[in-house]
Amino acid sequence: MYVIIMGCGRVGARLAQQLVTAGHEVMVLDMVPAAFERLGRDFPGSTMVGNGIDHDDLVKAGVERADAFAAVTQGDNRNIMAAQIAKHVFKVPRVVTRIYDPIRQDTFKALGLDAISPTVIGAQVFYSMLTGEESPEKG
Amino acid sequence: MYIIVAGGGKVGFYLARELIAGGHEVLLIEKSGARCEVIAAELGNVVQRGNADEASVLADAGTNRASVVVAVTGDDEDNLVICQVAKRRFNVPRVIARINNPKNEGIFRLLGIDATVSSTDLILSVIEQEIPEQALVPLLRLRHADVEVVDITLPKDSTLDGVALRELRLPPESLIAFVIRGGESIFPSGTTTLRAGDEILALTRPSYEEDLRKLFFARSGSAAAPRPR
Repeated sequence: MYVIIMGCGRVGARLAQQLVTAGHEVMVLDMVPAAFERLGRDFPGSTMVGNGIDHDDLVKAGVERADAFAAVTQGDNRNIMAAQIAKHVFKVPRVVTRIYDPIRQDTFKALGLDAISPTVIGAQVFYSMLTGEESPEKG
Repeated sequence: MYIIVAGGGKVGFYLARELIAGGHEVLLIEKSGARCEVIAAELGNVVQRGNADEASVLADAGTNRASVVVAVTGDDEDNLVICQVAKRRFNVPRVIARINNPKNEGIFRLLGIDATVSSTDLILSVIEQEIPEQALVPLLRLRHADVEVVDITLPKDSTLDGVALRELRLPPESLIAFVIRGGESIFPSGTTTLRAGDEILALTRPSYEEDLRKLFFARSGSAAAPRPR
């Protein structure tokens, strides 16, 4: 698979390394060049300094031939916008986005985005580890 | 009408002020507390502090009874999300987004935003209108034939005024098809002389468009007899 990862934070970098190890072709996009240091010196994938909500930058990153797109920047709205561009403009088959705000996650799930909320998942895990019971909340 | 304005920068502030003056019920949502105080001092009790992209803030603002939501923050992604949440979650009939990157216009339309306003585009169009001497406008491109029709308006101070067409060193594979002068249309021949203000329809290869532009809009005397390529 050719996978584009937008945002080279902890999650983005870790995901990139896992995908590369599994034999996938990976392109990591970030606006800050220093962020790529998280990938380590021997990272065999590609990196590009660019803005994931910019049409031209996405084309440069190869979005037209991408099989999958992950939006994992710190900004919910940037992730939501980039994911929708990848999904609706470039028809990338698999698009997953991170949305911290549970209410926004809810709205955009209803709009057809595959969205993960670390807030919801984190709270669920804490709940079950603290109480020994399953969290009543659904993610 | 109840109108919600998201973003209390200069655009949001003046927009809210005009809408209030027009007799509308207006609520301005702004995230900076300091900015809220400034706006409240000027416009009165029409400001709510908060992030308009959070659904709970929009719920507090009574978004479900708003006729219009206008998102005018400085970030396109925020304006997109505010409008989408207003439309999808609160069923606001009309949402309007400010966009900064003109390329986002098509994306916003695709994602269901009724109207967008791009200050970048507006300023560009004014610049283009104000500098008519730069007017070489590609009218039509026949992609399968790799030919385009361009419309050229000769500037008032054109160095080509009085020059016969046969003296023009046109780029290769380019043809002057038609001249419009004072409402009259002329099928030109080699002896036809150009006048400042003429509107010219030319056929060319897209790759020679830039050469045509240089020929017709050159500032120096060399325009009349450019060196051969």
